[in-house]
Amino acid sequence: MADPLLVVDRVTRRFGGLLAVNAASLTAQEGRITALIGPNGAGKTTLFSIISGFIKPSDGVVRYAGNVITGEPPHRLARRGIARTFQIVQPFAGLTVRENILVGAHLHHRSRTAALAAADDVGRTVGLNDQLDRPADTLTVAGRKRLELARALAIEPKLLLLDEVLAGLNPSEVRDIVPVIHGLRGRGITIMMIEHVMQAVMSLAEHVFVLAEGQVIAEGAPAQVAANPVVIEAYLGHGAAAKLKAAHGR
Amino acid sequence: MKGFIPIIVVIAVLAAVPLIVQSNATLNFLVVALMIALAGQGWNILGGYAGQYSFGHAAFFGTGAYVTAILQMHYGVNAWFGFGAGILCGAALGGVIGALTFRSGLRGSYFALVTLAFAEVLRIIASVAPITGAGVGTLIKLDLGARAFQFQSRAAFYWVILALLGLSLVIARLIEQSRFGAWLIAVRENEDAAKTLGVDASSVKTAAMVISGSMTAAAGCFYAQYFLFVDSGIAYGTWISIEALLTPIIGGVGTVFGPLLGALAVRLLGEGAKLVTGDVPGLDLILYGGVLVLVIWFTPRGLIGGCGQIRQWLMRRNAPGGPSVIEAGHG
Amino acid sequence: MLSPVILIPAILNGLLMGAVYALVALGLTLIYGVLHIINFAHGALLSAALFAAFFAFRLFGLDPYAAVFLIAPLFYALGYALQRFVIGPASHGDDRNMLLVTLGIAVVIENMLLFAFRADTRTIDVPYAFETINFGFTFLAVPRVVGFAAVFAVALALWLIMTFTDTGRAIRAVAKERFGAQLVGIDVAHVYAVTFGLGSACVAIAACLLIPTYYVNPTVGNAFVLIAFTIVVLGGMGSVPGAVIGALLIGVVESLSGLFLGESLGQIGIFIIFIVVLLVRPSGLFGARA
Repeated sequence: MADPLLVVDRVTRRFGGLLAVNAASLTAQEGRITALIGPNGAGKTTLFSIISGFIKPSDGVVRYAGNVITGEPPHRLARRGIARTFQIVQPFAGLTVRENILVGAHLHHRSRTAALAAADDVGRTVGLNDQLDRPADTLTVAGRKRLELARALAIEPKLLLLDEVLAGLNPSEVRDIVPVIHGLRGRGITIMMIEHVMQAVMSLAEHVFVLAEGQVIAEGAPAQVAANPVVIEAYLGHGAAAKLKAAHGR
Repeated sequence: MKGFIPIIVVIAVLAAVPLIVQSNATLNFLVVALMIALAGQGWNILGGYAGQYSFGHAAFFGTGAYVTAILQMHYGVNAWFGFGAGILCGAALGGVIGALTFRSGLRGSYFALVTLAFAEVLRIIASVAPITGAGVGTLIKLDLGARAFQFQSRAAFYWVILALLGLSLVIARLIEQSRFGAWLIAVRENEDAAKTLGVDASSVKTAAMVISGSMTAAAGCFYAQYFLFVDSGIAYGTWISIEALLTPIIGGVGTVFGPLLGALAVRLLGEGAKLVTGDVPGLDLILYGGVLVLVIWFTPRGLIGGCGQIRQWLMRRNAPGGPSVIEAGHG
Repeated sequence: MLSPVILIPAILNGLLMGAVYALVALGLTLIYGVLHIINFAHGALLSAALFAAFFAFRLFGLDPYAAVFLIAPLFYALGYALQRFVIGPASHGDDRNMLLVTLGIAVVIENMLLFAFRADTRTIDVPYAFETINFGFTFLAVPRVVGFAAVFAVALALWLIMTFTDTGRAIRAVAKERFGAQLVGIDVAHVYAVTFGLGSACVAIAACLLIPTYYVNPTVGNAFVLIAFTIVVLGGMGSVPGAVIGALLIGVVESLSGLFLGESLGQIGIFIIFIVVLLVRPSGLFGARA
């Protein structure tokens, strides 16, 4: 197996007395979709913020494409090819959808014409091509999620960090956006996603890491992880795994 | 090229004014209004496009004014070089303040405070330093002639400030259409998102401050040449910090013509007030403060934005089926 | 210059002056702590309060220490009304707009004072203005000592209000978690207005304490408020002990730098500290990390 594109090596983050991330280690294989799941408050977004350069870890190292990138600022990471979406989606207000995507496109296209063309392309990829001229704040939630995706794609990333991109979408909207994410993988983009929508995790992810109370408690293929009693307990509480087993056995 | 036609038209129309209007009082009014518009355009680059609200733009205005005055009076430098030097110093000051404040991550209220503090520090230094003439101020010796950047006719001054303003309009438009401008606006709307898209926010903001500082400094240099007198209260006083921010806000932040519209509106208001109540100190600023509050309250996007708001309101009224849920929510 | 005979009174006077600064800063930090904005109208309100105290004395013969019981509630009401009916609605909840609106109000108030009363400086004469109390090792001016005591009284009163009254609890709730407070039914607009009112009342009290030994003109407030900003930033935005300690520190710094650098340059010392603190540690000594 080739070296993973992203290596998070025993990263720790303390906030005063609170240990938000505790020696967490995970990897993302190039070209694959890796999921990061776990109950609320597990530290997943903190971990993402560390990987994407918004927070510095108290300890540990982050490696990308073989280079140490720990503590590099977000804009520098973007130039390296790491893109990140946010949980709470906020388009650039007052701009159209196309102008929103344009900001990302400008990273690799200096001229406005070239960047606009690139933005249109990306808009088509995520399925927003008929809404490019609308003001971004008139989009529905599903539209905004696609826009968030589009903005990130516009910087032509090799690694895409998706932070709960499916949150707030109804089942049919989820069904519509999953193929878009699949399509990205087809282009060779490595994806790491934080997700709570389990059906999507099962169908999209090839490898899953489970984070609970700042620590990685399990990893493996989606089906394995779902059956793992430690994981079940993390979500449903102490003794839940045994209860479930007992209930099924009857 | 297309985007520059309105600018060319406006400047052409304004340039024709001295050929029609002979009254010195009117020309004087226009010269001052255009100068304030230039200072405001400087503020607009930083505040309107980059979204960083400076409450101390007097720092740049005063620096421009003092540098050109001091260079001429104490070092015998030619007035035009002095002008250029003043602008460069404004740019440098913008770079310094920007590098210090943005690299420390200062935003919002804190940024406004720091700019206020810088302006105050400069004012205090200027009020006691011997080179600025301390409390007495600096007089530029009367030396009529183009070489000394002093003109007999007001029309000549008018065309100079108009040219400078025109240049600032062109720069604003260029920014709007460039990658730099797209990045600035992104930083203004959502700095974190902009960073993830590869925007080096602090460098971009600092660059905006350099451009902003040089424009407002140019206005300050012009002030010195036009009025031939500078003191710490004029150069670094709160009056110019306020007018520099008021004019873009009233005219329309983040637009090319906002500061010009705002400057004309604000100054007209001031003149109107003087007509009604006589030349009483403080009255014009009362109006300005009140207008600021009212504009933020009712038309936060200023006059230009207000037109947009009216247009949208009309569109909604005339749309078949009445206002849609989506459109009713914003505008 | 460095002899204790000169230094100690300078330090003590700095502490006493700092006490008055603390009152102004308290109001500012309270407003920041709850509304999360820097109230640029603070200085203008101080100037207005000074004029109020001045006219209370001139027109009604009211001693400032008595007038404070009228002027403070008056300014509480004024502050409440300003926030509730002007600043709140005008800002549409946007922080940047709030900055501009308070700036606009500051300009309006200050220039109304200028318009009405001209720029002349006025003072009042009270019999105890120059009396001193003998503390054994030094003499201290009566008004300054009263001011010092008053600050602690006001800080104590504020603490009592915050800790034991329903309104105080509501204020603390809104300061910590505005959305949550709304969800449990707290009227946030009212709380904001009360906070603004309290901040303005602090300023009014400061004015009454200042006026025996200070002068009155429309721009005095500005000078004070920049110092107050420095204090609030130094002590930590939103921190009451920070405001008091920061104020005492700044008072001493000002007194000492005035001693060594002269009056006007002494002020620069404060601003330099201000800028340095903002750049190096914007959260201040006691503030929460921004």
